[in-house]
Amino acid sequence: MKGYVIVDESLCKGCALCTQVCPKGVLRIDTGRFTARGYEPAILDDPDDLCTGCELCATICPEAAITVYRAQAAA
Amino acid sequence: MARELLKGNVAFAEAAIRAGCEAYFGYPITPQTEALEHMAKRMPELGRAFVQAESEVAAINMVYGAATAGVRVMTSSSSPGVSLMMEGISYIAGSEVPAVLVDIMRGGPGLGNIAPAQSDYNQMVKGGGHGDFRMIVLAPATVQELIDLTVDAFDLAERYRCMAVILADGSLGQMMEPAELPPMQSLRPREERPTWALTGAKGRDPQTISSIHLIPEEEEAFNTELQAKYATIEANEVRFEEHELDGARIAVVAFGTSARLSKTAIAQARAESIPVGLLRPITLYPFPQERLRRLADEVDAILVVEMNAGQMVEDVERVTQGRVPVRFFGRTGGVVPMPEEVVDAVRTLHDELLTGAPKPDAAPRTTAEEVPA
Amino acid sequence: MIPRPPEPGFTTVYQHPDALADVPTHYCPGCTHGIAHRLVAEVLDEMGVREETIGVASVGCSVFAYNYFDVDFAQAAHGRAPAMATGIKRVSPDKLVFTYQGDGDLASIGAAEILHAAARGEKITVVFLNNAIYGMTGGQMAPTTLAGQKTTSSPLGRDPASQGYPLRMSELLAQVDGAAYVVRRSLHDVVQIRRAKKAIRTAFEVQQQGLGFAMVELLSSCPTNWGVTPSEALDFIAKEMVPAFPLGDYKVPEGMAETRRRPAKTEGGH
Repeated sequence: MKGYVIVDESLCKGCALCTQVCPKGVLRIDTGRFTARGYEPAILDDPDDLCTGCELCATICPEAAITVYRAQAAA
Repeated sequence: MARELLKGNVAFAEAAIRAGCEAYFGYPITPQTEALEHMAKRMPELGRAFVQAESEVAAINMVYGAATAGVRVMTSSSSPGVSLMMEGISYIAGSEVPAVLVDIMRGGPGLGNIAPAQSDYNQMVKGGGHGDFRMIVLAPATVQELIDLTVDAFDLAERYRCMAVILADGSLGQMMEPAELPPMQSLRPREERPTWALTGAKGRDPQTISSIHLIPEEEEAFNTELQAKYATIEANEVRFEEHELDGARIAVVAFGTSARLSKTAIAQARAESIPVGLLRPITLYPFPQERLRRLADEVDAILVVEMNAGQMVEDVERVTQGRVPVRFFGRTGGVVPMPEEVVDAVRTLHDELLTGAPKPDAAPRTTAEEVPA
Repeated sequence: MIPRPPEPGFTTVYQHPDALADVPTHYCPGCTHGIAHRLVAEVLDEMGVREETIGVASVGCSVFAYNYFDVDFAQAAHGRAPAMATGIKRVSPDKLVFTYQGDGDLASIGAAEILHAAARGEKITVVFLNNAIYGMTGGQMAPTTLAGQKTTSSPLGRDPASQGYPLRMSELLAQVDGAAYVVRRSLHDVVQIRRAKKAIRTAFEVQQQGLGFAMVELLSSCPTNWGVTPSEALDFIAKEMVPAFPLGDYKVPEGMAETRRRPAKTEGGH
């Protein structure tokens, strides 16, 4: 895979903006589960390794809750 | 330093500069504008901060900002402008930063006029802005004292992290008297700004200066600390002057210009063998309660003289608790009483003491009024 | 929260900024205040100026901004932040001083203070969040509320005849000689957010170079008081607010191209 993200559930408020900007559609709200602060958090749901680490989700996240990782370029 | 003929407004501005004032923010308002003009010339000469703000509202908030940065800062204004500053003053009190304000009082209420008055006593001494707070209030009566108290104001404000006010009036601001300015103090180096100041979070945790305490119990705890601070101020910073109180049966209690002209009245009255003296509070907050309480037992009557409709007199009545008759003589609207008017009031009071018969009050409160013993 | 280190073969390309405090905020889900805070923090990190920056918090939803940035902060009375910032900057000219204000704070009660700070060319940076409503106090009309927009104090929709027209602050302040850099950006999609970040960076660089007053107006959302979802709120910005408050550069210093830092590759092509 080219990238992956981790959503910090202590900060995520489930606003879902990240799910709407992700060009690969690999972010979704984990409905039915609540964080300690009572929000349904966004999670990476990427069984086909589509995430490219493009950072669009992190760019729109109002909570700075998303950390983005990208594969190192091959030497 | 030599004595020179100085105008009050210029004297306090230059005194502040000598005391290490690093920033002045103000707005023109008669009768103190000469201070702003003096600062406009001198502060840039010395590489210090000067801004003529767009209003007194802006000026006091600039003062608040510079105070959070840990520098000696002041503003000056007159009664209507000081009213505009009340919000900022409350914030300064609530965030415990030091600052100096000079209020050159004028006739009011409303736009009023530009003549001298003392009708900001309540506004300044009781706090003024919203909330439970106090400012140290110093009331000079001469240009020399205006200079000396301005220098002290910066020290007091820093010692207690509060606002210190010089409460004077238009006649003191405008008059010219021989006086001596102190030598120039050097500015505090930037590295020596107080540790609580906002100087950039280098090598330490970031800090915030704010007056917000959203949780009531926390706000109460903060208020309790503030009150403790004021108790310390009350215990340590009272200043007053006694003049001719030896053997006095009547004590005039007056501050600032009223006290000054009362001294002339007292000389005249004494020449008529009336045993009268003067207690002149120099700090209006902290009020000289202890001395006044003792005075109530030493004399047979107190005459409070003010250039307002009766403001300090209420504190005198409260402190003396009916142990001595308290009368009031005042002029309002920017009228400065002649010493003869004060002599008349003293004489009337003295006659009553001699005859032991209280006269009915025929006149409104601006002449003489009795509070029953 | 310390971000997890990358898996073998990966690098971290984005993480929570250092200058942003590691605490949850009180802002509503989807509120663009969070994006604006993040952008300011990223800029302070990238410029390496966190330790020499002093912020001035205003009154509105962002009143607790001082809790969310790891920089020295002063808390100003409503509308007075530009005056307070003036006081701080004049006695600490080597520090970077910025205000963070909403539309009520800047364009209503603080209209005189912002105008005169610009007129004096105060070397401060103003981050102006315009969401056309008063959020903190529960959704009243703001000076930037659109004609016809319903708020709790314009329940039938803002009627220009009795309630006036929205103020376009960037256009107004750009006319002031002391203003060096006045631009309007938006936070409604990723492209605009990236442009907004560049503008915020430039606004701080303008201060570093002592060129004068710098302001970035950011069209922002208020899902809660607009009564829509976060995503619908961003659409409202794009469809309704942008036409009323056109994006663009209203004033830039001469020779601006030279003052702009060329985007580096490490920014991931933002």
